[in-house]
Amino acid sequence: MDRVIVVRNLWKHYGETAAVKGISFTVHAGEIFGFLGPNGAGKTTTINLLTGLARPDPVPAERPEESTELFVCGINLLKHPRAVQHLLGVVPDENNLYPELSGYENLCFWASLYGIRKKERQERARELLNTVNLTEVAREKFANYSRGLKRRLAIAAALVHRPGLLFLDEPTTGLDVAAARSVRRLITQLHQAGTTIFLTTHYLEEAERLCQRLAFIVSGRLGRIDTVSHLLEPVQGKQFLEVLCGPLPPHFQEVFSRVYPEVSLLVAGPGRFQVEVSPRLKVPALVQFLETEGVEVLEVKRKQASLEDVFVEITGIEAAAIKQEKAKGLP
Amino acid sequence: MKRWIAFWNILMKDVRTYYLKPPNVSWGLLFPLAWTGMFFLRSQANARDILSILTGLVCVSVLFGTTSLLAVTITFEKKNRTFERLLLSPLPLNWLVLAKTSGGILFGLANALVPVLLACFLTDLSKVGWGQFGVAVFLLAVSSTFLGLLIAVSVSEVFEAQAFSNFFRFPMIFLCGLFFPISRLPFFLWPLSFILPPTYGADLLHGAIEGIQLFPGWLDLTALVGFCLLLFFLSLWNIRRRWIL
Repeated sequence: MDRVIVVRNLWKHYGETAAVKGISFTVHAGEIFGFLGPNGAGKTTTINLLTGLARPDPVPAERPEESTELFVCGINLLKHPRAVQHLLGVVPDENNLYPELSGYENLCFWASLYGIRKKERQERARELLNTVNLTEVAREKFANYSRGLKRRLAIAAALVHRPGLLFLDEPTTGLDVAAARSVRRLITQLHQAGTTIFLTTHYLEEAERLCQRLAFIVSGRLGRIDTVSHLLEPVQGKQFLEVLCGPLPPHFQEVFSRVYPEVSLLVAGPGRFQVEVSPRLKVPALVQFLETEGVEVLEVKRKQASLEDVFVEITGIEAAAIKQEKAKGLP
Repeated sequence: MKRWIAFWNILMKDVRTYYLKPPNVSWGLLFPLAWTGMFFLRSQANARDILSILTGLVCVSVLFGTTSLLAVTITFEKKNRTFERLLLSPLPLNWLVLAKTSGGILFGLANALVPVLLACFLTDLSKVGWGQFGVAVFLLAVSSTFLGLLIAVSVSEVFEAQAFSNFFRFPMIFLCGLFFPISRLPFFLWPLSFILPPTYGADLLHGAIEGIQLFPGWLDLTALVGFCLLLFFLSLWNIRRRWIL
């Protein structure tokens, strides 16, 4: 089976708000598929829809020619959600294991839900604890684990029944550098072992490092879907100047485009903007222009174009949200 | 077989992590012990009085024990999202719900034993119809547990579950004929009494302990089984509605 997930015209509303607006994509067997977007973009809702924890809404009446299709592991999820669920592993954005049980007991318990017999589930628990490097803390209560250990055990718990498809919802959010690296290493190992991974994250660098293909979701709509190398092609070799400054005056963008008509400007926040490096744009002249306009310049740095810039290009102003999150720091 | 493995492990996990925890064991023992002691002291060990209040004590112990614990444990599992994780397992929803409620039912049965054991020392229980008593206690425990489940799946916070439980439990004590016969209640309250599961459980218990019943046994049994099924399917419907949105 080449296509593990096939989604066509997926819609979901919560009250009046459309959380997912007619998205379509496919995920191929054996790949890490990155699903990127800022908080509230519709990533978790999409995971809930793909795992049968939420039911899609019908396609809006004004699109009578369209219909929703949702196949996961070759099974029609709209008709047989329970049949799909035991083929999946799901690691949600918040840990969902029993705090009063030890790591080992948690794994044995979750394995029992798949009807695995006692001896086999004990062996499986030990094997998984070894895989996620938690053997030493196996007998400690889950409540006493650090965040990083909790995430690793949550991933192990999602693997007890050897699923071919694993959903990881923001697996490194809130982890320190070492813990996040360890989770990323684990994801790479799982991928090498042949597991298809559907990964949501708002860390663009993480997606760039781990994923083969990426989809951008903003406000419930999908932007481009492509391989990382294809997405990076248009910005390859490009450089940008990132300016950290005081508050920008109200008509700054208009004034800037009059002075530098050929340079594209992206305001990424109240005291932050980015311009593409071009032969006409000299740093001293730019600084002088800014000071003339009453902008206090704090820092100007040159940087290579990255996936973040692709994201900016695809999603436009919405990128401000993801940049604010990035500013909090990628672990 | 796979379903039974899952069922058994959910039950054992709940018994270990909730029902056998010292605070819950003490609640399960102290609550019926306090009620029983209070009423038995008031009756001054008069055998006839003890028998007449035993029904109420058994019923209240089961009702409070099951609804309190189940409402809290399920709400707690919803909050830490382990209930959502359980919903992702391949176990059918009705099996999952039965597994989660079995611990509550067993806890209710254990609660019912406390007043009975105390009464053993204070009066002669040889005339009690133990078969009918067992069936009544079991159906009361099942219906109360399912009531607790319905409350738990309808709220989000533990304190809401507690408050909502009391909204049902306290009126039930006064309306279901435990301490005041339904015939002595104002006429306009009778319909309310007839739609409460403990009314029929208490009637069966009255029959088993004192030999006096308001309704025929088959009607009590049918009503209790009906309430159990209604509460169970309402809870299933509510779970599907709230989680598979």
